[in-house]
Amino acid sequence: MRRIRLILFVSAAVLTLTLYIVEVRFARADVPDTTTTAQGLRAWEQVYSVLTHPRCINCHTATDYPQQGDDRRRHVANVVRGGAEGKGVPGLNCAGCHQESNADSTGVPGGHNWHLAPLSMRWQDINDRPLSSAAVCRAVTDRSKNHNLDGPALLKHHEEEALVKWAWNPGRRPDGTMRTLPPITHEQFVAATRQWVEAGTPCPAGR
Amino acid sequence: MPTYQLNINGERREVTVDSSTPLLWVLREDLKMTGTKFGCGISACGACTVHLAGIATRSCIVPISHVGDRPIVTIEGIGQDAVGRAVQDAWVEKDVVQCGYCQSGQIMAAVALLKHTPKPTEKNIEESMGGNICRCATYPRIREAIKSAAAQIK
Amino acid sequence: MLARFTQQQFDRRGFLRVSFAAASGLFVSLYLNGSSIEAMAQEGGQPPAKVYPPDAFVNIRPDGKIVIQVNRLEFGQGVQTSLPMLLADEMDADWSNVIAELAPAADIYKDPMFGIQMVGGSGSIAHSYQQYRELGAKTRAMLLAAAAERWSITPDKARTENSVVYGPDGKSATYAQLASDAARKPVPATVRLKNPTELRLVGKKTKRLDSRPKCDGSMKFGLDLDLPGMKVAVVAHPPVFGARVKSVADNEARAIEGVRDVFEIPLAKGTGVAVVADKFWPAKQARSRLKIDWDLAAVEKADSSELWTKYRQLARTPGNVALTQGDAKALDQVAAPNKIVAEYEFPFLPHAPMEPLNTTIRFDGDRAEVWAGSQFQTVDQIAVAEVLGLKPDQVIFHTEMAGGGFGRRAVGDSHIQREAAAIAKRLRGTPVKLVWSREDDVQGGYYRPMHLHRVEVGIGPDGLPLAWRHMIVGQSITAGTAFENFTVKNGVDSTMTEGVADTHYKIPNFHVAVHHPKVNVPVLWWRSVGHTHTAFVMETLIDELATRAKADPIAYRRKLLKPEAKKLHSVLDLLEKASASWRNSLPRGHALGVSSHESFGTGVACAVDVSIENKRPKIHRATIAVDCGLAVNPLSVESQFQAGVGFGMSQLMAKGAITLKNGVVEQRNFDGYVPPYIIDAPMAVDVHIVPSTEAPTGCGEPPVPVISPAVVNALARLTGKRYRTLPLVSI
Repeated sequence: MRRIRLILFVSAAVLTLTLYIVEVRFARADVPDTTTTAQGLRAWEQVYSVLTHPRCINCHTATDYPQQGDDRRRHVANVVRGGAEGKGVPGLNCAGCHQESNADSTGVPGGHNWHLAPLSMRWQDINDRPLSSAAVCRAVTDRSKNHNLDGPALLKHHEEEALVKWAWNPGRRPDGTMRTLPPITHEQFVAATRQWVEAGTPCPAGR
Repeated sequence: MPTYQLNINGERREVTVDSSTPLLWVLREDLKMTGTKFGCGISACGACTVHLAGIATRSCIVPISHVGDRPIVTIEGIGQDAVGRAVQDAWVEKDVVQCGYCQSGQIMAAVALLKHTPKPTEKNIEESMGGNICRCATYPRIREAIKSAAAQIK
Repeated sequence: MLARFTQQQFDRRGFLRVSFAAASGLFVSLYLNGSSIEAMAQEGGQPPAKVYPPDAFVNIRPDGKIVIQVNRLEFGQGVQTSLPMLLADEMDADWSNVIAELAPAADIYKDPMFGIQMVGGSGSIAHSYQQYRELGAKTRAMLLAAAAERWSITPDKARTENSVVYGPDGKSATYAQLASDAARKPVPATVRLKNPTELRLVGKKTKRLDSRPKCDGSMKFGLDLDLPGMKVAVVAHPPVFGARVKSVADNEARAIEGVRDVFEIPLAKGTGVAVVADKFWPAKQARSRLKIDWDLAAVEKADSSELWTKYRQLARTPGNVALTQGDAKALDQVAAPNKIVAEYEFPFLPHAPMEPLNTTIRFDGDRAEVWAGSQFQTVDQIAVAEVLGLKPDQVIFHTEMAGGGFGRRAVGDSHIQREAAAIAKRLRGTPVKLVWSREDDVQGGYYRPMHLHRVEVGIGPDGLPLAWRHMIVGQSITAGTAFENFTVKNGVDSTMTEGVADTHYKIPNFHVAVHHPKVNVPVLWWRSVGHTHTAFVMETLIDELATRAKADPIAYRRKLLKPEAKKLHSVLDLLEKASASWRNSLPRGHALGVSSHESFGTGVACAVDVSIENKRPKIHRATIAVDCGLAVNPLSVESQFQAGVGFGMSQLMAKGAITLKNGVVEQRNFDGYVPPYIIDAPMAVDVHIVPSTEAPTGCGEPPVPVISPAVVNALARLTGKRYRTLPLVSI
């Protein structure tokens, strides 16, 4: 009698476990490995926390202008996007002030090829409010909008692109204080990106 | 203090100055070229505009250490250029200036615009000139002068 | 051509003294010590008659160039062209050979009306019109006399044209040839001025003399001055007005290469720390490394939100009466639905001229030399002399070309000059250029004061105002200054009530009173002074009344104006004609805004075409009608109005205010205080001048008051809202 109970107990446990695995697995039918998806989504949230930090989002605007500062105010001197290239206009070119590297003595940040992200890569709405995690994830993974970057290419972008790396070396403000950094280090950002990519770049549900 | 070799209005100039010094102050005080003006020091007003490798640049925020061998053109030299001359002539013809302090920067911005966009629309003018402050507000005549210069330039 | 005044040329002053005695004997030097204005007040307010020897104003060079001294600062308004036009026309000079120079400080260059050397109150042409014409006519008379003597004829047998005297039998002599003989002739006591048909230059559009150098980088402004051995100084000012230095640690500052000295100096109020270096950049770097402990205990910490609370309370208590007309109780008899009660708020405004303030001084013990773009040369000269322990005539004061002013360079306490003098005193023998950075300027005070207006209007059955009670609360600009005797009466500063108390609208029962609170913020006149806020209140309220009466805004104003308000009637008539083609046929999303206002003797009416773009007003067009009497240089008048309305838009900019929190100014530079850029100003402005031969009145300030009410009146039509708080943070 005791042996039967044991067998029944174990069978039930195995059945429950199997059902659990099956349930989770079929809830994300497009993902091969269910534990990685949850991790991938968590990793994405870490990535999102960087993308929406002022050092990044200030140039990923939905408007005709960049922002500046932690308060994300409109950039000084009415500088504008200047078309698809996002490099400004002839009288007010981004590179006219933003040199190849930070100018700490005058408080102007700099990096190679300073320009606005294209509108397809906007992470705010036209009222300067950051888009949701789901919306940003969709934008970042939409290959028709992101210069046809797949997962590995996105990882490489986060790891190597000069303007991305600039966010962790943003230089001094005119008053001499250091600009604030994103909430995680660049290494952590790359690691999170890698995890997210390995999970198949899952996006959270919702709008 | 390091020494820098500079290319200004086609001439070689040499200065020995602290590396943090903005190009504006090197021009004004080390080279005694006071045509480029100091208005704010935070790139908000454009009075300090020069051309650095052909790009309109606010010299008050570019440290001398960042310049390198890129050619610099200032208001003193822009008249050597056909577009520069046309803009200066239009400015005089249309009686644009009042106090005149901002006009070096205005002219340098306008020349950058016209070199890139020879037939600018009203919007082109507003965008490219949109970051230069004229406290006297000579803006309507600035618009007229740019259109006039554009008509003159072949 | 505009040439800078060099020291060698100034030694001419010695020559002038000799020639005064030799030439006229009638010349009376009225050097007024202390405040010239005070002295005038004691004498009963009438400026004493003066004789102006032509050779202090005109120099005919051997090469034919005619150098004309301009007795006021040129800071954009065009006076260095218009005043010489008057003189050159009467003189029959060849205009293409005229060079204008900005005269140094001297008794002879004082404003004939105010008795100090100055520019302000839109008075340059108005006050020197007669003077410069007479100077030109006298010079011509002396040239004719010299030619007549040479040719043994009477002067009436000769005529002049374009710098040449022509005699009978084909004789001629150039002005250059006759100049030294002419200088020895007696200055005529009276002269005949040209009648209007004889004028060649005056009344014609004439291009500025100083354009080219301002377009090629060669014009030298005060900040551009470079003297052998010159040092540059910056000053750390207290964060709260009037505070004092308790202690300063300067070792880090002194470690910067190029820094020469660091020391405490007295300021107009309180103390600061001066840093002297070889150049501006090291001076500025060093200043940012100073560790200063400020004594903030004894100074009032002005706070904008506290001030608003206080001003609102004050506005509800009786004040000093500025005007009382008709029945004080008439308003109470008007039923509530026929009343408008409105409170208006106006912030502190900085002038922020484009050229950061600066002064260069060299002190040599028994004399000193000053270079400054000053609106108040003789007042500043006296102040510098005082600081240096000299007599004013031991101070040579050069007038530099100035990059804007708008009133900021006309300061009764000469605080910038005093700062520079305190530093120059310590650096004896070495010239030092004091430079204020833009931060110093934005945070440095001397603002257009904050104001609150509380207005109650009772509307009559005809839709016109029947009763009007108007309270204005704001600091007095002139109380405690040398100007007080002229502007403050019965506790009312007229520079605050102008535009309301002297309105040209018929208001049968009209009561205006003021409060002048004392606040620890230095204040100053900002281009058009009281009219900056009074015109806004009057013209928006009048517009509201017109809308309620369902009347056309121009027709309503015409009906409400006193018949004797000739200039306002003439500009409204001209505006109606000049805007007829567009005023009533605006596209969808556009609205018309109208305003009219008289200030400094000039009547102005304005119509604007406004839409809303990117949540801001976009002014597509402004049509302006002006009555300024005779327009000496119609091109200059046109420029002043085209640009002046753009300047006036400063009052509507979203970040167009200075605010204080706990005594500290919250804005630092053009990122915190944002003036109009090209997109904020009207896109096109057409100016129409009423033809007139009346005496000229000013155009420097009159453009400013009309634009902000006109634009806001248009916005009111677009949004249905009333805008009574400036700046316009949102629409």
